[in-house]
Amino acid sequence: MAQVVLSYELAQQYTGGQTHLEVDAKDFRALVKALDGRYPGLGPELGVGLAVAIDGEIFQEPFLEPIQPSSEVYFLPAIEGG
Amino acid sequence: MAEEAPKLRVVGTRPIRPDGVDKVTGRATFGADFTLPGMLFGKVSHSPYAHARIRSIDTSRAAAVPGVKAVITGSDLPEITREEAFVGEAPMNFRDLSQNVLARDKVLYDGHAVAAVCASSVAAAEEAISLIDVSYEVLPHVVEVRDAMAEDAPILHEHIRTKGVDPKPETPSNVVSRVEFALGDVEAGFRQADTVVEREFTTQAVHQGYIEPHACVASISPDGMATVWCSSQGQFMVRAYCAKLLGTEISRIRVIPAEIGGGFGGKTVVYLEPLALALAKKSGRPVKMVMTREEVFRATGPTSSAVLRVKVGAKSSGAITAAEMTLMYGAGAFPGSPVQLGCMTGFAPYDLENVKAVGYDVVLNRPKAAAYRAPGAPMAAFGVEAVLDELAETLGIEPLELRAKNAAKEGTKAAYGPKFRRIGYRETLEAAKSHSHLQVPLGPNQGRGIASGFWFNIGGQSSAAVHVNEDGTVLVVSPNPDIGGSRASMAIMAAEVLGVEVEKVKPIVADTASIAYSDLTGGSRVTFAVGMAVVQAARDVVEQLRARAAKLWDIEPDAVVWDGGEARPSSSNAGDFSPLSLADIAAKAARTGGPISGKANINASGAGPGFGTHICDVEVDPETGRVTVLRYTAIQDVGRAIHPSYVEGQLQGGAAQGIGWALNEEYIYDDSGRLQNPGFLDYRVPVASDLPMIDAVLVEVPNPTHPYGVRGVGEVPIVPPLAAVANAVGRATGVRCFDLPISPPRLLHALEERRSEAAD
Amino acid sequence: MAKHHITTTINGEPTEFLCESQQTLLDVLRDELQLTGSKEGCASGDCGACSVMLNGRLVCSCLVLGIEAEGASVETIEGVADGDRLHPLQQKFLEEAALQCGICTPGFIVAAKALLERNSNPTETEVRYWLAGNLCRCTGYDKIVRAVLDTAAEMRGA
Repeated sequence: MAQVVLSYELAQQYTGGQTHLEVDAKDFRALVKALDGRYPGLGPELGVGLAVAIDGEIFQEPFLEPIQPSSEVYFLPAIEGG
Repeated sequence: MAEEAPKLRVVGTRPIRPDGVDKVTGRATFGADFTLPGMLFGKVSHSPYAHARIRSIDTSRAAAVPGVKAVITGSDLPEITREEAFVGEAPMNFRDLSQNVLARDKVLYDGHAVAAVCASSVAAAEEAISLIDVSYEVLPHVVEVRDAMAEDAPILHEHIRTKGVDPKPETPSNVVSRVEFALGDVEAGFRQADTVVEREFTTQAVHQGYIEPHACVASISPDGMATVWCSSQGQFMVRAYCAKLLGTEISRIRVIPAEIGGGFGGKTVVYLEPLALALAKKSGRPVKMVMTREEVFRATGPTSSAVLRVKVGAKSSGAITAAEMTLMYGAGAFPGSPVQLGCMTGFAPYDLENVKAVGYDVVLNRPKAAAYRAPGAPMAAFGVEAVLDELAETLGIEPLELRAKNAAKEGTKAAYGPKFRRIGYRETLEAAKSHSHLQVPLGPNQGRGIASGFWFNIGGQSSAAVHVNEDGTVLVVSPNPDIGGSRASMAIMAAEVLGVEVEKVKPIVADTASIAYSDLTGGSRVTFAVGMAVVQAARDVVEQLRARAAKLWDIEPDAVVWDGGEARPSSSNAGDFSPLSLADIAAKAARTGGPISGKANINASGAGPGFGTHICDVEVDPETGRVTVLRYTAIQDVGRAIHPSYVEGQLQGGAAQGIGWALNEEYIYDDSGRLQNPGFLDYRVPVASDLPMIDAVLVEVPNPTHPYGVRGVGEVPIVPPLAAVANAVGRATGVRCFDLPISPPRLLHALEERRSEAAD
Repeated sequence: MAKHHITTTINGEPTEFLCESQQTLLDVLRDELQLTGSKEGCASGDCGACSVMLNGRLVCSCLVLGIEAEGASVETIEGVADGDRLHPLQQKFLEEAALQCGICTPGFIVAAKALLERNSNPTETEVRYWLAGNLCRCTGYDKIVRAVLDTAAEMRGA
């Protein structure tokens, strides 16, 4: 089961405060779908203004990136630069 | 995968940059250097009030000035509803951006644009501006973060309810949101500590300080097709933002990038371009708009002012048991300070089990904050690195030792969550430890400060095209404005792949109609991500060259190798053919299939985070409070330096900006919320006589995801200097300053306070 | 208000132009003569991006009125190179990467050239103080100072 970590704000809004979740999914798209299924409304939020770290590699706008059973997925604020 | 290429031929060398001659002769065209026949001149009218309701705007007297061809106000821009504020998945709030480029019902800062005119001369435009009659209802204002957060603070936006607090608030606030990042249990961690240091710090808003003011020329043909010439950090960003703000299709705008005279994040948004386009449309003529220096300070985004609290606990061995910080950043007139990034970066160099960072995004009556080199990170690092210095002093441990004991490495869970892959932080500490700087003895009133810093660096959407010209020379076309010498690195990487001399490869930065989309220049991404696209496009060309040679020799393509800039048969079995150069194959392009050109369009990921460790020596004059920087060493893991001179330049330039931030730069407001120092005389950036040589030490721990191991380098260098300087002053005087800048009046005051305390 | 008719010499070339009373020499160079190598960074004499030589003296052209050019000799960045032969300063700036965005470079070259014409062996401190009137936000000045010192050495020795 992939370990997923949400921000406090999203957790408060959708998962009753639980930031650390376990999800079974083969890629990022499936992961979002599974989360949306469990917590309706969460899915669309996971695409807006967020970056995602999958096993330490940061993606801006991931979609089909593969998720391993042992993967760690962190939802982070989008990282801009200067 | 990284090629641990033992023999890189061009990567790592220092050829003269291809755009260099134009720049040293004054021939290069920057935004304000461009003219069009029939051009009008545009000027902006700015609010003189920090906070006021606009009752009415009467532009009739302005419009009557001879030579004036058009006047616009906020009502000339389409209304963007709150629901439409975000386009696609971009974090930019276009409703706020639209209201920032031209105020609607309220002005929110001294300098906020309220109207614009275009006229046949600058003088006529300026006269018209002075005749724009705005009737204001002045409102109470607030310019300090703490004041803006207070219960009774004047409210900027009635609709804002603080996000991220529970229960959801009912009343408006200037606190836009609260964010939190945490690992482990900091309370338990502090209980385990032998020593705890807790401090509160303040930093002031500073401006990116690019020497080139914003400038653009906009032209709209009768069929509505628009062209904009401007310097910016992203012509595709300009195109997209203007299309959104003006309610037009992206294909109807073409943006041609001028050379850019500095950006540092401040030119990642638009201010003049939508206005110039709207004026061009209304007047039917091209319009040129150039900001004055005063406008740059008053009406473009500096970075956030900040209040921060940092608390770190450690065992007497130096092992950190808990670390906590609270950051309050001023976003300016509209939401969106980089407080989240501050929360994520402050503790990032350290391997911590118990860490918590809480951030507040606060609006106040100042210009909307814009990105500035590692946005949000320098302030947080200032607090963290200063507390670590105090901790080191209290525990009797060398500052470098304290950091080494707690240093993050590959596999460490970052303070913001994900595990680090291959990083080079420890290597920077080791390089610092063995650097001769540490051997230089210090005299009276002198002190040495050390600090580290981190930045993520980003990847992002990037495109490139590589064309083989008919004579075998090569054109590398990329979309990203060159603000630090990146175009030279594009040529180097392409030349490396193709195996040719770098002088045969000409890089150009193309406009939005001539190359595919790319995210803007920023986030230290160009050499990494656009470079990756260039390498892929060049490799695509190599495959085509092999196929063409195979056709000419009538053998299979996989019997052809590309080596040393030539096509060769892979073995004598394949045939006895003389090698073919690029020129040979290009000359026969038509008969073998047509023009030879490669491209790549990617969304690059795998950007390697960067770490820096800086050492700063200062001397303090106890009578004047003046701080002189005697010696400065900036050490950074740069992955691999494609062109070492320009990488060194990034370290030196970023360090200089950080030194200015620490010692002298600040936005100064009076009681009516008006900016008092909108010019280079009183907004004091470092000059040549303020600084010593800056020793830039490039540590190379290659980033495995880039073909040449590149990490972004541009932003890390501004993160450590604030604390490096403050720590040095602390060690020199025995008095630590927690409020930046450590300008002479502030330092003198601190020294005198200590003297009178000692006397008591 | 009638414009002034000014006769002057720019980079050794006899030149005439029309300008208004309030136009600075910088405005005239850029807008009337299309010599856009001199840049406006501040219009208040604080950044040095508009540096030119006026009768052999280093000045900020934003602090000189256009009409003051009457009968004077003005040298701008456009006159530093000799056709396609770069001045040693320009060559050294390129070799030593003494520029990043390049907007301040014309001002630095004009100012540094003025220094080397009066002092062929400046110390690092003398270079830094001479150039204190030219702001650079990109480089931290390190490579600029080295390029000027190396140029001085080359022009002395070579």
